[in-house]
Amino acid sequence: MKNHLIRHTLAAATAAACLWAAGPAVAQEPLKIGFVYVSPVGEAGWSWQQDLGRKYMEKQLGDKIKTQYVEDVPEGADAERVIRDLAQQGNKLIFTTSFGFMNPTIKVAKQFPDVKFVHSTGYKTAPNVATANARFYQARYVAGVLAGHKTQTGVVGYVGAYPIPEVLQGINAFTRGLRSVKPDATVRVIMVNSWFDPGKERDAALALLDQGADIVTHHTDSTATVQAAEERGKWAIAYHSDMSKFGPHAQLAAVTHHWGPYFTREAQAVLDGTWKPDQVWGGFKEHMVDVEGFGPAVDDALKAQVKEKEAAIADGTLNVFAAPIKTNEGKVVLAEGALDDKGLNAMNYYVEGVVGKLQKN
Amino acid sequence: MDALAPLIAAAMNAGTPLMLAALGLLINEKSGVINLGSEGMMLVAAALGFAMTVQTGSSVLGFVSGALAGALMAGLFAWLVVWLGANQVACGLALSLFGVGVSASIGLPYVGATIKASSWSVPFLADLPFVGPALFQHHPLVYGALALALALAFFLYRTRAGLVLRAVGESPESAHALGYPVRRIRLAALLFGGACCGLAGAFMSLVYTPMWVENMVSGRGWIALALTPFATWRPLRVLVGAYLFGGITILTFHMQALGVPIASQLLSMLPYLATIFVLVLISRNVDWIRINMPASLGRVFNPNS
Repeated sequence: MKNHLIRHTLAAATAAACLWAAGPAVAQEPLKIGFVYVSPVGEAGWSWQQDLGRKYMEKQLGDKIKTQYVEDVPEGADAERVIRDLAQQGNKLIFTTSFGFMNPTIKVAKQFPDVKFVHSTGYKTAPNVATANARFYQARYVAGVLAGHKTQTGVVGYVGAYPIPEVLQGINAFTRGLRSVKPDATVRVIMVNSWFDPGKERDAALALLDQGADIVTHHTDSTATVQAAEERGKWAIAYHSDMSKFGPHAQLAAVTHHWGPYFTREAQAVLDGTWKPDQVWGGFKEHMVDVEGFGPAVDDALKAQVKEKEAAIADGTLNVFAAPIKTNEGKVVLAEGALDDKGLNAMNYYVEGVVGKLQKN
Repeated sequence: MDALAPLIAAAMNAGTPLMLAALGLLINEKSGVINLGSEGMMLVAAALGFAMTVQTGSSVLGFVSGALAGALMAGLFAWLVVWLGANQVACGLALSLFGVGVSASIGLPYVGATIKASSWSVPFLADLPFVGPALFQHHPLVYGALALALALAFFLYRTRAGLVLRAVGESPESAHALGYPVRRIRLAALLFGGACCGLAGAFMSLVYTPMWVENMVSGRGWIALALTPFATWRPLRVLVGAYLFGGITILTFHMQALGVPIASQLLSMLPYLATIFVLVLISRNVDWIRINMPASLGRVFNPNS
């Protein structure tokens, strides 16, 4: 085994030396790209979507690139080690795909100035660190429109993780979409205070269904909500991934992230030498979010209606958070114009139509 | 009233894995051994039970293999702490960490696999209005856990074997002097506890949330550990505690969905606050602790010294 390794290293070194001697041939060496995932890739969820993005990029760029990934990396001291390992192995572009990888990424980036880093969902940048996030709330609005057309009870259940802006954007956008179709419909929210606890997610979904919701959706990581709806013969809107496998009848649609086109652009920019540490927050326009995986309960006419809204958001004629915006306690947040990114990131209220009182921090 | 039946049903379901695991841990602790490995044992059993059920199509085999996996891990633990005299706390924590990793590897091919959720109900009684949906439409193991609590209460306080077990936990030296095989009794207690934790884990992946995903037990093993002092080492109080813990979670969900203005974070905290409250309460009364907490809990016993 060890001999083997040495032989490989020697071979690689020789090859590298030849390439170096050959000069221009170096350009033909594929760009090595590394990925760090926070959870196992599995079959659905956040990391699964990231990996679909990686595969999409591989398909687009072919043998111009070579990718590798490390999955199930805890957000902490281990992350830094993994990121540094990837940099030392010669990866010139490294995607770190979870909020908690932010500080390790910045730290390693300082030690490897010639390696480019792209960090998802964080806010810290450096000359060689770009950030990326998705405006999934745009897709939530469209999902709300869909729910508005389908709900009969006028009550939709929402299993949330924590009452933080990211989650509230989704709940509020969904509610606005819902009420754009059915003005008297309401959204009931249960925060399970966990990103991942299938048992609690399921109990929360069942509680919502017991209280009259005929559609449930979720901002948590497991497929438990969709499965619960399937068992009860009700509908669900999945998040992160298409979960139709877990709820073939229940799933109306799924709100999904799409990293493939973005990853491809970033890799292409590195190949072209035009890469910049941009801060991207992309939605429908950038093809970073989608509503897909329509179930049997959604007919073509409704699908077309939903896709119309999608197009309107993409070309900017429809703004999800356009005034007037009123909280569910009757306070006017915005009388004219539309909420800007700063306002979105500071969201700490439920809009009209959400049942319940949000605890302010 | 309509809203109450599903609430009670959900609370019973949520309380069952806690009760099964806590009853097993109680028997461990009555023999004088504390096993902090419950989370790991539950996870391994959940993964193995699920895998077995997917492979064979029989949830009975799933439960059996889950219980066996729990017992096997407890056997390993027993060898370390009872025979080799290793530190119980350290070994228990190691067992939990070990279980997290092992369960992830066992479960890896089964992420995303689905099994049919159980639908089982007590004949006739299930059709009664209100009490039917609240009490009689559960998986058999929900009633099994209840029966187990009653059986253990009887065993501990009404049988000779129960008396011996308690004697071993109170004073292994005296039990040894009387000629009881202290180590073997502790092994038996640990195996039983492991099997109970295994059943609890299998219940998680086969009934409560019929799926396997990594770490799906999500700390319920630790809650079960907190339940034994909460119940002052009494099986029937474990029953009450488990339903209370399960019930509070479900109740907070229903209250949130109804829009009751209480912080969800605060509600999520309630079960733990209740545990601390009970611990403070029983600590203040020396007699309660003295009567119930096994005197040699956590101490190594070596019959040759």
